[in-house]
Amino acid sequence: MESKFIELFKEVLEKEEQEMNLSDKFREYEEWDSLAFLSTIAMLDEEYEIIIDTDEFKKIETVGELLDEVKARLSK
Amino acid sequence: MAFQTIPNVKISGITACVPKNIEKNIESIAFTNREDAEKFIKSTGIIEKRVSSSEITSADLCFHAAEDLIANLNWNKEEIDCLIFITQTPDYVVPATSCVLQHRLGLSKECHAFDISLGCSAWTYGLSIMGSLVSTGNFKKALLLVGETTTKTKSKTDRSTYPLFGDAGSATAIEFDQGGVGFKIHSGTDGSKFEAIHIPDGGFRNPTNLQSLETIKIDEGIVRNKLQYIMDGAAVFTFTISAIPKSIAKLMKENGLENENIDYLILHQANKMIVDKVSKKVKFEEDRVPTSYESFGNTSCASIPLTMVHKIRTQLSEKKLNLIACGFGSGLSWASVYFETDKIVCSNLIEI
Repeated sequence: MESKFIELFKEVLEKEEQEMNLSDKFREYEEWDSLAFLSTIAMLDEEYEIIIDTDEFKKIETVGELLDEVKARLSK
Repeated sequence: MAFQTIPNVKISGITACVPKNIEKNIESIAFTNREDAEKFIKSTGIIEKRVSSSEITSADLCFHAAEDLIANLNWNKEEIDCLIFITQTPDYVVPATSCVLQHRLGLSKECHAFDISLGCSAWTYGLSIMGSLVSTGNFKKALLLVGETTTKTKSKTDRSTYPLFGDAGSATAIEFDQGGVGFKIHSGTDGSKFEAIHIPDGGFRNPTNLQSLETIKIDEGIVRNKLQYIMDGAAVFTFTISAIPKSIAKLMKENGLENENIDYLILHQANKMIVDKVSKKVKFEEDRVPTSYESFGNTSCASIPLTMVHKIRTQLSEKKLNLIACGFGSGLSWASVYFETDKIVCSNLIEI
């Protein structure tokens, strides 16, 4: 689950060749912009059938927190 | 549940009109460099759009579309009972632009005319309203004019809005049709998200004041004032990919419509990401989902009729078609409509 998620998230951000750690604040990535945000929303819907409301999304800061949110919603 | 069945009406013709002036996104000043512009074009699919000069209003675009449509239908102007104009860029604050259009078009003084304010859900809501008025047989021939010079409400230095939008107008002829299938509709509203697409000042909640015109830098590449359009793209995207496929599915289920019996799904042309995502979710392959965003951008309320004229004009003119259209946007507001057409009048795109 974790490695698959990281792989997908890297793909969305076009960061395949770089490191991604759970503690990373993804909004600080050079690749993060409004289009990356949309692609992330689309990826979560496509891969996990999860749609996170933007107000809730704004509270999520790190890669790990996003992964936890996905896990929590999948277990519901 | 917001389902409607409106029998005894049909669409007899559709015309669209755009300004001649083309702006290419690759040259847009909204982007700081070419790489950014290329990335934007790749994701949104919007290569260029039409932009009206200061002399051209939404009403002008609709006027030319209406004149062409009336002529091609061979309608006698005296017979047109009802005119509805839907826009968020009217000619005047007062009066309703539809009244001005009644006179400009030379329609009878016995014509029922009014404006409605809606954004990208306008055309499908328009079918619901006009359909209901005509369905009774009280009005026999009616014009639904839907258009927007949306580029005038955007800041050219706001990359989150300006490059996405283009200007267009449309005219749709709606007729009483005893025994006709009419329109089947599902609609919805979520006003809790009204701020996701809005212009803060210039209405009567926040009247125009000296601060309204102050240019504010919101973020890198987002510079605008308070009389200009704000769009929270992520919030709109999240809403759209969730609510819109559901609305189309509800419409189909409620009316026992089979996917394979629908010739085309015409979606509001927000951008490539949204059109692709929604059509995939409702299982319509690319060749049944005509698009116009590539050459015209998001033309707001006019996007559905424009797309029909731009991509399936021949099919509309020569064949009997089963269609679903879905408009969605500011409000947030949305409506999905099933309707049938039988060799309707649909002329070439008009450019002024």
